[in-house]
Amino acid sequence: MAVGKITFTKTEREKLAEVLWLLNWISVVTGAILFGLGLFLKIEIQKWQEVMSEQGILYVPHMLITTGLAACGINYLGSKICLDCADTNKFLRWKLVMIPYIVCTFFFTACVLVGALMCYSIRSQLEEALYLGLRNTMRFYKDTDTPGRCYLKKTLDLLQIQFQCCGNTDYRDWFQIQWISSRYLDMTNSAVVDRVRSNVEGKYLMDSVPFSCCSTLSSRPCIQHNLSNPGAHAHYDERSQQLNLWRRGCQQALLDHYTGIMQSIGLTVLLIWLFELLVLTGVRYLQTAMENVIRLGDPESESEGWILENSLAETACYNFSIIKSLGKCYQVDDDPNINVPTAAADQEVPSAQVQVNVTS
Amino acid sequence: MALLKMKFSQQRRVRLAQGLWLLSWLAVMCGAFIFCLGVYLKIELLRRDEVMEDTDIHAVPNLLMLVGLASIGANWVASRVCQDSLDASRFPRWKVLLLGWYAVAALLCCLLLAVVVLSYALQGRLEESLKVGLRNGIRFYKDTDVPGRCFQKETIDRLQMEFRCCGNNNFKDWFEIQWVSNRYLDFTSQEVKDRIRSNVDGRYLLDGVPFSCCNPASPRPCLQNQLTDSRAHYNYEYQSEELNLYSRGCRQALTDYYMGLMNSTGPGVLSVILIQLSVLLSMRYLQTAVDGAMALESPEGESEGYILEKDVKATYAEVKAKALDLLKFAQVDPASEAAGAEEGEKAAEASAKAATPPPAS
Repeated sequence: MAVGKITFTKTEREKLAEVLWLLNWISVVTGAILFGLGLFLKIEIQKWQEVMSEQGILYVPHMLITTGLAACGINYLGSKICLDCADTNKFLRWKLVMIPYIVCTFFFTACVLVGALMCYSIRSQLEEALYLGLRNTMRFYKDTDTPGRCYLKKTLDLLQIQFQCCGNTDYRDWFQIQWISSRYLDMTNSAVVDRVRSNVEGKYLMDSVPFSCCSTLSSRPCIQHNLSNPGAHAHYDERSQQLNLWRRGCQQALLDHYTGIMQSIGLTVLLIWLFELLVLTGVRYLQTAMENVIRLGDPESESEGWILENSLAETACYNFSIIKSLGKCYQVDDDPNINVPTAAADQEVPSAQVQVNVTS
Repeated sequence: MALLKMKFSQQRRVRLAQGLWLLSWLAVMCGAFIFCLGVYLKIELLRRDEVMEDTDIHAVPNLLMLVGLASIGANWVASRVCQDSLDASRFPRWKVLLLGWYAVAALLCCLLLAVVVLSYALQGRLEESLKVGLRNGIRFYKDTDVPGRCFQKETIDRLQMEFRCCGNNNFKDWFEIQWVSNRYLDFTSQEVKDRIRSNVDGRYLLDGVPFSCCNPASPRPCLQNQLTDSRAHYNYEYQSEELNLYSRGCRQALTDYYMGLMNSTGPGVLSVILIQLSVLLSMRYLQTAVDGAMALESPEGESEGYILEKDVKATYAEVKAKALDLLKFAQVDPASEAAGAEEGEKAAEASAKAATPPPAS
């Protein structure tokens, strides 16, 4: 019993072919959109790649880029096929290609779905990457004389200014690392030496933050030093403290930024996936209808189209047995003409004895 | 003798009409482009409205928007004229309008040229306006509790960070004003009291700058205070320190930004002027050619198209005579009558002189 059987008259088949041709061209455009979205995401991630620890995030935009290009190619081929499918003679040209084409399109559509789901599932990986990346960047903030790290100070300053954030989770993260290079510390000054000695690892830690943490919304000039001691500053009340620096952590700020982008991209890709699924179903119906017309012999007659010839379970068994038999060709052959030595030798001996008795 | 006369067969006339129709629609697009350019420039100027004292520079985008809209209208009319030009029954009704259309198109070209000239000429006014605006902004930086000025701190901070500049001319402008409000000064501190007393006006002046002057590209954490004292910071030399703060003044930065915007629109505006001029000339050719064709016995035949019926001098004299004619209704002009009488005498003398030589020869 076929799955999703529909009967098509000749005009309906031609109409279906025309509609599918148009839909395939629209799919080429959506494939280009997919490619564009992947490219956009790649550029956005590369902008702040220095504050992310692993490169693993980039497989999402790469997946989108490849599926976008594949979509353009497959749907262009599909539009050519569908244009020819209205006519039975032209369809014969494509007959052998159709099944592989449909299988390819099915897998490609699955890839689009995977791409969409990846956009939503990447959040936890991104969180981890941002946490580690920001921690390292803050640690290397002072190393403006080390090749490979000399731009991290500028990157982190610009990040904090643009995203209006400070530190990894909080501005207090700056209290735990030495962000002033030893080149700019006067080691002959006793205050400096005391501070360095009081720390276990010999780091110069302060309760102050870089200038890029300063908030523009504050009504007073920025207070960057002696932040643990509000009493050290004149009229530094609770409200001033709230407005003085950016309160959000950069990990949260970047996470929100990228999650927003990826959610909208994921939604668009899901819509594109639904559209591709529609096109795939239409092509399958057209293929089965045309093949049935050829089988019936009369190009003008009605024919049936379906998604699967037998029910889902039977098709699955059939395909599975095909795969099994593909494996069997490397094992023992059960051809009856080949000698099976042990059974045949036993049967032959008694017949020879009978013959000898008769002649003598 | 006509100016730039060209012959037009029927086919050439049709081609001219079609080409001009396309060209006029292109000119409509260009008009829309000019309008959008004006809108964009206006928005950019309005964004920094708070640091500009007067709005003279707004003449440039306003003119662009006006010319853009007028150009869209005029070129749309031109396309309608082209559509009707090959139809002998419909073309005559446009004839009256065309003279006015030429005037409008010429005016648009002149206005566009004026825009290009203005954008260079108003640079001085822009700088002046920015100078006063920024000076006020810096002066009122500390007044975050005064209504009408409370936004200045945020504006100046964002401006300095976005345009990578500090102060009006340079960072030393911050040394001359009190940018820390009295509300946040500890008047019990000796240091504060000394500083206030040492200043004539009783202002708390520092050799320090706000955080928004800090340059992120500097290799060392930003130094904001005691900038003139090389001994106050380790490994710091006031005279040779370049990267610590932004070295450019905000007036220069903003002027460069706006001049850059206007210069980059220059080629676009010039090409729109060229397109408008070519629409004007083609329309004149089409009008004269179609008029000539309609005057012939066989409308399918060849006709002549020209820019001016007579050459420049003759046309100018004709126009002048017409204008004077119009003026004569209001004035009595005895000088021209006397000149006419003199001319008559001279003519009589000349004929008398011509009569005498023959008897001698």
